[in-house]
Amino acid sequence: MAKHTLIAYVEDVPGVLNRVASLFRRRNFNIDSLTVGRTEQPGVSRLTVVVDATEAGARIVEANLYKLVNVLRVDDLTHKPSLFRELGLVKVRVTPETRAQVLQLTEVFRARVVDVDEATLVIEVTGTPEKVGKFELVLQPYGIVEIVRTGAVAMARGHELMSAAPPLVRTDVGADHHTDASGVSMSV
Amino acid sequence: MKLTGAEIIWECLQKEGVDVVFGYPGGAILPTYDAMTKYPKIHHVLVRHEQGATHMADGYARASGKVGVAIATSGPGATNMITGIATAMMDSSPIVCITGQVGSKAIGTDAFQETDVTGVSLPVTKHNYLVTRPGDIARAIREAFYIAKSGRPGPVLVDITKDAQQMTAEFDWEGAAPRLPGYRPSYHAPASEYERAAELINSAKRPLILAGQGILKSGTTDEVLKLAKDAGIPITTTLLGIGVIPASSPLNLGMMGMHGEAWVNQAIQQADLLIALGMRFDDRVTGNLKTYALNAKKIHVDIDPSEINKNVPVDIALIGDLREVLAVIAPQVKKAEHAEWWTTINAMRGDAAVRDIQSLPDNGHLYAAHVINDLWRLTQKRDTIVVTDVGQHQMWEAQYYRHDQPRSLITSGGLGTMGFALPAAIGAKFACPEKDVWVVCGDGGFQMTSCELATAEQEGIKVNVAIINNSFLGMVRQWQEFFYDKRYAATPMTGPDFVKLAEAYRLKGLRCNKRSDVKATVDSTLAAKGTVVIDFVVEKEDTVFPMVPAGADLDKMIRRPKQDVMLESGSDKDWEMPAAPVRPAANGQAKAAVKAPKAAKKPAAAVPSRGPKTTKSNRR
Repeated sequence: MAKHTLIAYVEDVPGVLNRVASLFRRRNFNIDSLTVGRTEQPGVSRLTVVVDATEAGARIVEANLYKLVNVLRVDDLTHKPSLFRELGLVKVRVTPETRAQVLQLTEVFRARVVDVDEATLVIEVTGTPEKVGKFELVLQPYGIVEIVRTGAVAMARGHELMSAAPPLVRTDVGADHHTDASGVSMSV
Repeated sequence: MKLTGAEIIWECLQKEGVDVVFGYPGGAILPTYDAMTKYPKIHHVLVRHEQGATHMADGYARASGKVGVAIATSGPGATNMITGIATAMMDSSPIVCITGQVGSKAIGTDAFQETDVTGVSLPVTKHNYLVTRPGDIARAIREAFYIAKSGRPGPVLVDITKDAQQMTAEFDWEGAAPRLPGYRPSYHAPASEYERAAELINSAKRPLILAGQGILKSGTTDEVLKLAKDAGIPITTTLLGIGVIPASSPLNLGMMGMHGEAWVNQAIQQADLLIALGMRFDDRVTGNLKTYALNAKKIHVDIDPSEINKNVPVDIALIGDLREVLAVIAPQVKKAEHAEWWTTINAMRGDAAVRDIQSLPDNGHLYAAHVINDLWRLTQKRDTIVVTDVGQHQMWEAQYYRHDQPRSLITSGGLGTMGFALPAAIGAKFACPEKDVWVVCGDGGFQMTSCELATAEQEGIKVNVAIINNSFLGMVRQWQEFFYDKRYAATPMTGPDFVKLAEAYRLKGLRCNKRSDVKATVDSTLAAKGTVVIDFVVEKEDTVFPMVPAGADLDKMIRRPKQDVMLESGSDKDWEMPAAPVRPAANGQAKAAVKAPKAAKKPAAAVPSRGPKTTKSNRR
């Protein structure tokens, strides 16, 4: 089992997130995180799903995502050079004695303080999910009051993936439906 | 042309070539029923329960290959459909379900008869729609039909609010063409995979074709038979593959799996190549996955990529329409005989044949297997569709009714839905009015949907219902016998007098409890005008053999006791297990292992008699 990061482009229609979530629950796939947001293309949303799966399991997740009528394209970024980012907000307890230490750690992690009061700091940290996790870990001894993480978003590096991918929205419908597998890797 | 949403629904159905719909009216679908009167070309069948409507649509779809349509109202009407939708989903049957929904303004308010039907049906539909505007109805229905029948078929539900049915909109059929950018009904495997697959087939010594329903869906019976004949490859079918490959074909070994033929399961375990065509390695087919066909390379052809490597890891996957796949691969396959392999299989077959219940003399007991085998003998010359329910009778039917035509057996395989048979048969009769339609069902399953007898009576159609009545939930009882020390919890079952029940529905009812009466009963059923219900009162504690216990190795079957035991006890209480797993090696060894189980026989006397009270009173 390893973490697999899948990008799914979906039609922005009511219930689509429910379909994806329902699929993962029904097929007993283990979601680590799931984020969703708009894309450069109107009417298309982008999901980043991190799942705990074997290599074969990840292929089955991919195939099942493709089965959803509203899913336009799925990319597995796990083995591609990619950027992974997550944002975390950490509210940590501070005393006059520990404040400086926490600020120093914030500096080291290139995070920033976004809220200060007499007993706590709220720190915004971005980076890979591992980095956010590590930051959480080092702050733990000071007393974490609250933490929120967005879950990972991901993007492939370079330009190759984009050129290889089929167009997101095809307007041609009907007989042509059978010829669109060219860009889709489905071999075992 | 401005039409109401309700009229648009019927216009669309008419354009899709629908000639019959199965439905049940109610508040939220009333506008649609009101508009129905303007469309007399579409026949509406009033069902007695919405589950029946979906099974009828399913039976219609399976018998005809067209899309079946079911209609229901919101809330309970729609939720009653779920079992039928799930049945269609598991067996890849193309149906479109149209449900009424409360007014769009009332959605989310827990209005009367409101249910989130798109939410409820989401996991059991291929796709579904909630339509709240009349202008969106046409496209939703067109897409629903397209999705239902293309690629791997399946059920699609269209939930339409009452106000969308009432309001008017421009009806533009052309403009409502499907726009489904994310829908991929089919794929194409790369050429290199075909070459590898052909190489595997050509180098195999003990190849075996596993034939599933995909062959039916792609209509490739002839192509598969030709491939098997040319390359000398034996064929075994799944439950839903029965009839796809004619039972009379010498290439067809019979059914595989839990209640499959013993020699078939042994052949699977000994094969060095499995060519799976449009089947999905269901657990009822594989038994223990850890020991499943360990000696075999596997080629899996399926239209649905998510089936690949789901249960059984395969060596080569050819994803796509079976017709295309076979067209590419057949020319690359070399002629072969595999005589040695056939000899091995025939030897295993010989051992199993002596256990066959058909070899037994008439001992006064009426066995379900006899009834079904006789039914086959008496109906084989006629164009017959048999629709089975779920349970022991379903397996006996699969074993003893020899189907030679595709679509001549309709049964709930994946979901195993009791109560499926009668409504599905009614649907099948509407699809094929010129054919005889037989229901073979148990007394348990029949009672789940027997209300649909009224539908058959009201429609004036003829379906022949053969109830295999053993006063038990037989298959569950069999599991209790084998795996729960005969503690028959909640399996002894009473029922109405089925003859009187039929008569109460103004139908003909017959009873048969002797083998010598089977022929006369079937004959008079065929001669009768309308629907006939036959109560075949059979042996109560009969058992389906062979049986691979759930999760057991495929070749570790519980076998039918040999004849002498049978004659002594007059029942199948005795059973045996192979002492050692059949080693898929040389022929001689395999044969020895098959014969070995005698030693491991479980003595009948060791099993304490804990029969339930109802078995003591003879209610026949």
